[in-house]
Amino acid sequence: MSGHAHAQGDGPEVYFQYEDIDQQQESYVVGMWAFLMTEVMFFGALFLIYTLYRWKFHDTFFLAHEQLNWKMGGLNTAVLLFSSVMVAFAVHFAQKGKKTAQLICLGMTLMCAFGFLVIKSFEYGAKGDHKLYPNYTFEYGAHDKDHKVESWWDDNLPAFMHIEKKEQHGDPKNAKLFYSIYFTMTGLHGLHVVIGIIAITSLMVLIIIKSPLITDYVPTELVGLYWHFVDLVWIFLYPLFYLIPR
Amino acid sequence: MSATLIDNATAEQPRNDRNYLNADHTLKSWLLTVDHKRIGILYLIAVTIFFFIGAVAAAMIRYELTSPHGILLSSEVYNKTFSAHGIYMVFQFLVVAIPAVLGNFLIPLMIGARDMAFPRLNLLSWYMFMTGGLLITLSFILGGVDAGWTFYVPLSTLSETQISLCLVGIFITGFSSIFTAVNFIATIHKMRAPGMTWYRLPLYIWSHYSTAIVILLGTPVVAITLFLVVVERGFGFGIFSPELGGDPVLFQHLFWFYSHPAVYIMILPAFGVISEIITCFSRRPIFGYRFIAYSSVAIAFLGFLVWGHHMFLSSQSVLQGLIFSIITWILAVPSAIKVFNWTTTMYKGSIHFSTPMLYALGFMGLFLIGGLTGLHLASIDTDVHLTGTYFIVAHFHYVMVGGTIMGYLGGIHFWFPKMFGRTYSEMWGRISAMIVFVGFNLTFFPQFIVGYLGMPRRYHYYYFAPEWQFYHILSTAGSTVLGIGFLLPGIYLTYAIFKGKKAGPNPWGAKGLEWEQAGSPPITENFEKPVLVLEDPYNYNPEEDSKMYEHEVESADMLGGRK
Repeated sequence: MSGHAHAQGDGPEVYFQYEDIDQQQESYVVGMWAFLMTEVMFFGALFLIYTLYRWKFHDTFFLAHEQLNWKMGGLNTAVLLFSSVMVAFAVHFAQKGKKTAQLICLGMTLMCAFGFLVIKSFEYGAKGDHKLYPNYTFEYGAHDKDHKVESWWDDNLPAFMHIEKKEQHGDPKNAKLFYSIYFTMTGLHGLHVVIGIIAITSLMVLIIIKSPLITDYVPTELVGLYWHFVDLVWIFLYPLFYLIPR
Repeated sequence: MSATLIDNATAEQPRNDRNYLNADHTLKSWLLTVDHKRIGILYLIAVTIFFFIGAVAAAMIRYELTSPHGILLSSEVYNKTFSAHGIYMVFQFLVVAIPAVLGNFLIPLMIGARDMAFPRLNLLSWYMFMTGGLLITLSFILGGVDAGWTFYVPLSTLSETQISLCLVGIFITGFSSIFTAVNFIATIHKMRAPGMTWYRLPLYIWSHYSTAIVILLGTPVVAITLFLVVVERGFGFGIFSPELGGDPVLFQHLFWFYSHPAVYIMILPAFGVISEIITCFSRRPIFGYRFIAYSSVAIAFLGFLVWGHHMFLSSQSVLQGLIFSIITWILAVPSAIKVFNWTTTMYKGSIHFSTPMLYALGFMGLFLIGGLTGLHLASIDTDVHLTGTYFIVAHFHYVMVGGTIMGYLGGIHFWFPKMFGRTYSEMWGRISAMIVFVGFNLTFFPQFIVGYLGMPRRYHYYYFAPEWQFYHILSTAGSTVLGIGFLLPGIYLTYAIFKGKKAGPNPWGAKGLEWEQAGSPPITENFEKPVLVLEDPYNYNPEEDSKMYEHEVESADMLGGRK
């Protein structure tokens, strides 16, 4: 058995450790799913932390979440959902061997990814203006001098949920906790978007230069799986941070 | 595992000078290798170095404790010393040792593959492991870490030592394990040779498969937890620190959600090694193959449900404590199934007391003590008395050192001829196995007693109870013996790599693809001819075992050896 990769005619390259192309492709897919399992647990721990603290400090968390811009978050959700559709089409065209269409779809995905980051940076900037970065400059309530939030609270909640006045203002310490989790989770998600951008760009470059590494649809499918995961995390982040209990 | 070649030739390989060791001799060919066997050797060198660092820290701890007042180290330095011991031993040695060294080397050989599914990822994980190890080392050079290997908040967020750097190192090491686990899972699922069904897999593979699942599901949780501590230290985000609004007990929950399964990451591969050794040196098929295989999976699954038994005294409700206690007791069942099955395997077998077998028998005794004392700690009422004492220290050393390291050394001795194509001195092997066993018990058994009497862990003095000095001196003496027991294999195995007698492909007369169809050492592609598996694993027959295997000839007269 030769120690080096051996090609089978025009088909994709089979590396020396594999018997045939099916085994190679299935191994790639199994490996990717195993890795995504890890990613699920990675974010899962954070979701658990968020859920517990939301349960524990639900009044403050409710008040704190009022400061998030649900419209921008919603726009980002739409952008990511559209990008996921594009990636799905890219995989479809890769399987059909239509390279131009595949590249267009991947390009659209890339645009969406950048769009997501741009919108996100506006959001982060606004949080900075309101002194909501959860570091030593954190100052909860700086944006709410005329107590709009407090009056909303008085008007909208059913009577049995009214509690002591002090807690209505929200404990700044716990509001800071909310923003700590918010920035950690959206920040890590943003990092995954950046990694996705690198992956998609590399894939596109390899396709354009006709690299021998990309001879079939499997690399596109793997990038697609990863991108769907990034999308999926946001699908959970958006309602948890921006919408509940709107 | 017995297997037949497709062309029905004999299993004996033609003697061939070409192998993975002499395929290329440059340093570059080693550092850029994608051969799973060479990567296994790279890991072997790396974990040996990290083990040595951890062992030096252990020696300092034991020396310090010979006097009730402490003699060598200040409190701060002592804190950093036991932190170093724990961090190096857990993250850079125990979690990695068997899967990364023996697992990398043997999994493709045992399932009849030419390499891992992702050889380059395999090399990447070695580099990540080394990066993590170097960052941890750097953090100790720059002043050390004093929060212990558990990094409990708020100590770890308030401490002014190099904790952030060390945690980043552990984070990277963690992702190295994850990539190794991804590789194992893809390899075991997709790379098996024709005829190698799930129930024909050696139990070693089952253990590594279970381990890989635990790594895959547990490690990311501890990675994100430690990452949050770094963020908390670096940016003032408050997630765990009470003064920032967080809950320190949540840290403990998340930490032990990984770190309890982590003890199964350490012990499950050792179970796999023991299954191979016991069958080979008893010359009997394994008793209860499916029970052992599924008990590995059961341990991996139940291991995720018991983390709360580390927090009986950390504001957990009694009901929670009871539930965790009961699940922990249930978890003892699959471990016991394994021990009973190994014992039954030996019954009416033709037992050879070769070096690996001595380690395996030592493993069974020590793991039994470690496991049974674990039940004292799993019961809430006794745990209230024993928690935070040397009883715990002794318990987890019995499991980790008596279990994992005995398994690791047994495995290294068993597969040494396969890895390097040479045999070591059987006499020295047996002597050092005995020394390890005696030294180990002398070190850690007194700790059970002194812990029961109340000696708290992580103290570097005990002037309030000078009568404990006797046990501490016994323990320190034992650790010296143990140190010699670890040093000896280092010497005679290194000697044997260069000067040992040449070994044939199957010096033990063992079953399994790696013995029957690959050379010693194997060629880069592992097998000369395509493999086809037709028989069940461990197809030994004790009654036909009259032949003397080459490894035993040297020591036939020792210890009343067989003729």
